[in-house]
Amino acid sequence: MNDEVAVARPELEEAARRAESRRGFLIALPAWFYLTLFFVIPLGIVAVYSFATRSSTGRTILGDWNLNAYRRLWDSLVVEIAARTLVLALVTTLICLLLAYPLAYYMATRRPMVRNILLILVMIPFWSNFLVRTYAWKVLLGSDGPVSQLSQALGGEPIRLLFTNTAVLIGLVYGFLPFMVLPLYAALERMDWGLVEAARDLYAGGWTAFRKVTWPLSLPGVMAGSILVFIPTLGAYVTPAILGGAKTTLAGDYIVSQFLAARNQPFGSALSMGMMLIMLAATIVYFRWFRPSGRDL
Amino acid sequence: MSDAVTLQGVSKVFGDVYAVRDLDLAIGDGEFFSLLGPSGCGKTTTLRMIAGFEFPTQGSLRLHGVEMALQPPNQRPVNTVFQSYALFPHMTVEENVGFGLRMKKVAGAEIVERVRRALDMVQLTHRATASSKQLSGGQQQRVALARALVNEPEVLLLDEPLGALDLKLRQAMQTELKDLQERVGITFIYVTHDQEEALTMSDRIGVMNEGRLLQVGTPQDIYEQPTSRFVAGFIGEINLLPATIVDHESVRLAGGRLVAATTGAAAGSEVTVAVRPERLSLFGLGETVPARLNAVRGRIVRRVYFGDVFYYDVDTPDGVIEVKEENRPGVALHEIGEEAVVAWDPAATTVVES
Repeated sequence: MNDEVAVARPELEEAARRAESRRGFLIALPAWFYLTLFFVIPLGIVAVYSFATRSSTGRTILGDWNLNAYRRLWDSLVVEIAARTLVLALVTTLICLLLAYPLAYYMATRRPMVRNILLILVMIPFWSNFLVRTYAWKVLLGSDGPVSQLSQALGGEPIRLLFTNTAVLIGLVYGFLPFMVLPLYAALERMDWGLVEAARDLYAGGWTAFRKVTWPLSLPGVMAGSILVFIPTLGAYVTPAILGGAKTTLAGDYIVSQFLAARNQPFGSALSMGMMLIMLAATIVYFRWFRPSGRDL
Repeated sequence: MSDAVTLQGVSKVFGDVYAVRDLDLAIGDGEFFSLLGPSGCGKTTTLRMIAGFEFPTQGSLRLHGVEMALQPPNQRPVNTVFQSYALFPHMTVEENVGFGLRMKKVAGAEIVERVRRALDMVQLTHRATASSKQLSGGQQQRVALARALVNEPEVLLLDEPLGALDLKLRQAMQTELKDLQERVGITFIYVTHDQEEALTMSDRIGVMNEGRLLQVGTPQDIYEQPTSRFVAGFIGEINLLPATIVDHESVRLAGGRLVAATTGAAAGSEVTVAVRPERLSLFGLGETVPARLNAVRGRIVRRVYFGDVFYYDVDTPDGVIEVKEENRPGVALHEIGEEAVVAWDPAATTVVES
């Protein structure tokens, strides 16, 4: 008489599953809408423009599709700018890593109370506008700035770092350092420090224990931080525009000049697409090599 | 032959709190020694000082006669099995087990051979190339054990190694650990808050509370002749009855009853009489109680059935006394409300401080 209870009702389960997936879709709808309107469509426009033609007056002719803009990516000037940008991004990432790792390590090994205070200190710069902070560097690095004054007080020459690659590097490291600190801190804070004790117990010295245990286990944080610094640095515009010189054009600057000064939208679009490919490659490398389980940050 | 581990006047202060206070202890070679106590009693701190993760605030710590108090952990001939196992998640089982040997720069071929034997010993050869994250709790525990023992340490330190396992597995591992210790002959120092673990496995037990080592002895000493109220109460079940010393052979219970017990302190001192429930017998009012036994009369107020035993609570003028009676033919069953006599052998009576 209870046979009915045991009968499976696949159609009910199926309906429940569909209702669940519909709910999920509805929740995500605003985000979908936003991303489509402000991200997918503009990206599509850029992609389309990169195959278009520039008229002699600087207008973009939609039609007569070609790869001319992409061919120009191999011009020696473009390659030089790309290489300079890439090197700057890599050096910025490396310096950020070297500065952030000891700080994150220090933070993660403090008492919880101290940790939270340090965490807030790391995030305080975000409270004021990035542009304002970059202009502050302009003052600091100028020929009247404290760096130069210190050098003169010590009997040296006036130093003008402003409008050099060094100034850009300083500005970028300053701006993106928190993005390196936070994922590193997250990785180290979550680490089981008992593992380091285990390594010490198994005859590893302090440095060896770091090399064999702490460092490999913090790699997801290292990679996440590196990606978070490397990608925005690659496309940085504000910092080089304010602190950099005319002779050291970087990719972001160059793309802007194609759209505004040179009025060559197809070439500017092709440059953007090329840079996005590099960033995409970096991201794929990160996901494939360092997040096999997809579990870490 | 010198002892494997000697602690003399060892104290450890954190801030202004004594985690361990004036600890004197010598642990013999090849001994299975347990440090037993409630959480926060200082047993883990003591173990961590022997391992080298904490340095004593004062005192001397010697391993086979060599002063080690301030040596870093990697320079001590001891290895630890951690409570959380602390297996390296980015290494395979055999890489975990071989870690210590690689650090000691043992030759490659020898490492392979010793890792193989160690895994064989804990019956995990078939999991050698598995990632340590893929193992079950019991398997992780064995890997942790193999990883420590493969180094042939002079002393193996175990910090509640069975705490994370379920009951069945824990009991199986108790037997296995004890067998293993007898086979390898290495000194084991075993930290636990589980009295049953300590009683069943140890050659000797040290009971700690509030940073102090209260009593050291064989499991039988500790259980049958506790020297303090804390040790008596912490291990097993026990009746603690307030009493006053009369002379060397007797004390007077709070209800006025005189009972025989061997006493140490001066006459008139307030003490506590400790008797285990299983050492007590219940007699009906009509039965004859042998004269040599201590006897207290009361009323049964509670009876709890445990399958193999019955627990009775007997309300007497000297306090409520718990009696444990076996459930087998020949042992009379008593009813709630019944008047009865609780009797026990004077030899089973321990007198501790009040």
